[in-house]
Amino acid sequence: METKHEAYYVPEQSKLPLWASISLFLTVFGLANLFNSISAHKKAMLADSSLAPLGMFGHDGIYFVICGFIMFCFVLYTWFGQAIDENIRGLNSAQLKRSYVWGMGWFIFSEVMFFSAFFGALWYLRNISFPHLADASTNDILYNGNIEVEWPPAQTPDQIVNGDSASFVAPDKGMGWAGWGHVAKWLPFWNTVILLTSSVTVHIAHVALLKNNKKTFNLWLGITVALGIIFLGFQAFEYYEAVHHYGIKLHSGAYGFTFFMLTGFHGMHVFMGTFMLLVQWLRSVTKGHFTHDDCFGFEASSWYWHFVDVVWLGLFIFVYILG
Amino acid sequence: MAHGPAKGFSRWLYTTNHKDIGSMYLWFSFAMFFLGGIFALVIRAELFQPGMQIVDPNFFNQMTTMHGLVMVFGAVMPAFVGLANWMVPMMIGAPDMALPRMNNWSFWILPFAFAMLASTLFMEGGAPNFGWTFYAPLSTTYAPASVTFFIFAVHIMGASSIMGSINIIATILNMRAPGMTLMKMPLFVWTWLITAYLLIAVMPVLAGVVTMMLMDIHFGTSFFDAAGGGDPVLFQHVFWFFGHPEVYIMILPAFGVVSAIIPTFARKPLFGYSSMVYATASIAFLSFIVWAHHMFTVGIPLLGELFFMYATMLIAVPTGVKVFNWVTTMWKGAMTFETPMLFSIAFVILFTIGGFSGLMLAIAPVDFQYHDTYFVVAHFHYVLVPGAIFSITAAVYYWLPKWCGKMYDETLGKTHFWLAFAGLNITFFPMHFSGLAYMPRRIPDYNVAFANWNMISSVGAFLFGAAQVLFLYIIIRTIVSGKKATDQVWEGATGLEWSVPSPAPYHTFSTPPEVK
Repeated sequence: METKHEAYYVPEQSKLPLWASISLFLTVFGLANLFNSISAHKKAMLADSSLAPLGMFGHDGIYFVICGFIMFCFVLYTWFGQAIDENIRGLNSAQLKRSYVWGMGWFIFSEVMFFSAFFGALWYLRNISFPHLADASTNDILYNGNIEVEWPPAQTPDQIVNGDSASFVAPDKGMGWAGWGHVAKWLPFWNTVILLTSSVTVHIAHVALLKNNKKTFNLWLGITVALGIIFLGFQAFEYYEAVHHYGIKLHSGAYGFTFFMLTGFHGMHVFMGTFMLLVQWLRSVTKGHFTHDDCFGFEASSWYWHFVDVVWLGLFIFVYILG
Repeated sequence: MAHGPAKGFSRWLYTTNHKDIGSMYLWFSFAMFFLGGIFALVIRAELFQPGMQIVDPNFFNQMTTMHGLVMVFGAVMPAFVGLANWMVPMMIGAPDMALPRMNNWSFWILPFAFAMLASTLFMEGGAPNFGWTFYAPLSTTYAPASVTFFIFAVHIMGASSIMGSINIIATILNMRAPGMTLMKMPLFVWTWLITAYLLIAVMPVLAGVVTMMLMDIHFGTSFFDAAGGGDPVLFQHVFWFFGHPEVYIMILPAFGVVSAIIPTFARKPLFGYSSMVYATASIAFLSFIVWAHHMFTVGIPLLGELFFMYATMLIAVPTGVKVFNWVTTMWKGAMTFETPMLFSIAFVILFTIGGFSGLMLAIAPVDFQYHDTYFVVAHFHYVLVPGAIFSITAAVYYWLPKWCGKMYDETLGKTHFWLAFAGLNITFFPMHFSGLAYMPRRIPDYNVAFANWNMISSVGAFLFGAAQVLFLYIIIRTIVSGKKATDQVWEGATGLEWSVPSPAPYHTFSTPPEVK
């Protein structure tokens, strides 16, 4: 068997990586200034004294963030545009395309590990820390036996010790499974349906593309994007409910922050995924990109979408049903 | 594709060439090595005598923290990435890294990240002072305001590591020359493949843990605050789930380097190549299930102590395989002792000492005695300094002639070796004794009973520091006025990187070589 190697396209030098680094730096440097000054401000208000110093740039950090973020978006737009252009000009050999495939695959793996840290934290807090607090000796000595193992906890340890002056106040009730009778009004159920459906629709789009049926492809990809947007709308409504009717906040103890951090990071990923699919849809509709054997941009976005779907299933089980 | 290096400084800013990027990584790492070294010398100067002399305790804590962070993330990791950039494409017959622009992005994030980290020294409240392991609540509730900058610096350097690792994996899996099967790859390539996998697996977990800190500090969550149902011990679990693979990230490429150098100067092929590959993979696997051996004294259940103790001791098996193979490679070889070989032999001996003290620490019941003492400091400096740093130094001497086409001065190189060798042992060996006598780490003052050991350590540290200044001089002298090196450079060297001229042309293997 003969294996012939194609020449591999090594790009000319490029200004993009340096500008990407600069804009990334501006963004995080600004965020750090902003967060520090907000927190210092809050502390000073609580102490009811004159305002504490606000750090190097203080609230002006926001300008760094805006500047850096806009630059970053522009860099990415140019960068992806260039990569697409190179592909259209036929510079990308089959071997180079495999590099992109490996790149996307390992990127998704890194995202899986990021979520694992938060799932792991939820598991540890519920199954190790919390029972430990409720353990007879700890419970009796520190909390007069008031800690009870239940999820969501009725009160935080802070409340048991400090009563009304506690800063961590447990939620009124959780977002979890409320029995079959409530399924129809239970948003997480509908969001699960939406997201699972969207994984199917994106697959239908893919199959259509493989048959070079661009009309069907555009239709089903468009439906997928719409489902992503609906999901995000439902989640926004769910957050509103959680904060205003259930009393769930970032500072309402272990239940509150695990709920918001896990679903929040997932929501951000759904946003990213929807945006990526939307870009692919626009490319297909307005520029006629993608053929059955050349559609990496779409395929990579769809893998990402399936990954986001799988994470949601984890959330549905561990945050909602078991919550 | 025939483009050569661009003229002027823009060559370095905008480059997509793996050799340019490798050089930048290596120089950056060298600069950070000196910065972290200065922090270390401040520590050793303060500890020269008992009592408070030079710096106040808070600044001392900032020095221990910044020394660790800069050395781990700024010196050792970028040095190995630099070596990977230079050598992996040349070793597997690839024209460049798989994704050359992203490669340059990975590098250019680092100067910004470390500028931001170093700038915390000048901020109100001072730099991070909670140790490089940044345990909560020291790093949350009681942290200086600069912790926010530290968190974001970690975020972006993590992004850099992940992109760099994705690039290395894609290069190794996709860019090998025809005939270069996996089991024909040089061991340095193998160790980097596995290291890159570890990096992609654990850097996101590090990002996760600093994100939790950020939320705790600024947004009212209580991941690490028991008052809100969180747990400070959770921090340690998540951190060490990253942290333990991280220590193998800093040593596996070192294994690859000495596995290249010892066969060359013993003029024998590496003994037990395939067992080396399997041993590396086993170490990587075990690294995921031993993290709590850093936390034996924090109050984990007996079953946990036992599991993590035995799992940790298991690591001695594949590591023993490696040491055995290096020694057997040298056995009855026609050995010569050029500078890279001296550093590699010292690596084998001294790393083994660090391994043995690691085994002692792995035994949970006695770890209660050693925990947080200078014995731990002695242990991890014995695996990192003669382990990571010596192997990087050996790699530089070994490949520098190929990089710049000129030969270093052998006498100066050997002088550097003996000074560094003496300096490191004088610095770190006494720490075993002060540690066993229970001198606590990260404390600026100590009982007069430890005065002698500390004075010896401090003398050794300054000797070691001076040796590294000599190293810098040797490298510059080689580049400026070294004698021309041959293409083969070393009589016994094998591998694709020696089949190209010295210095290696700007583009190598634009058409892949045939590997038999």
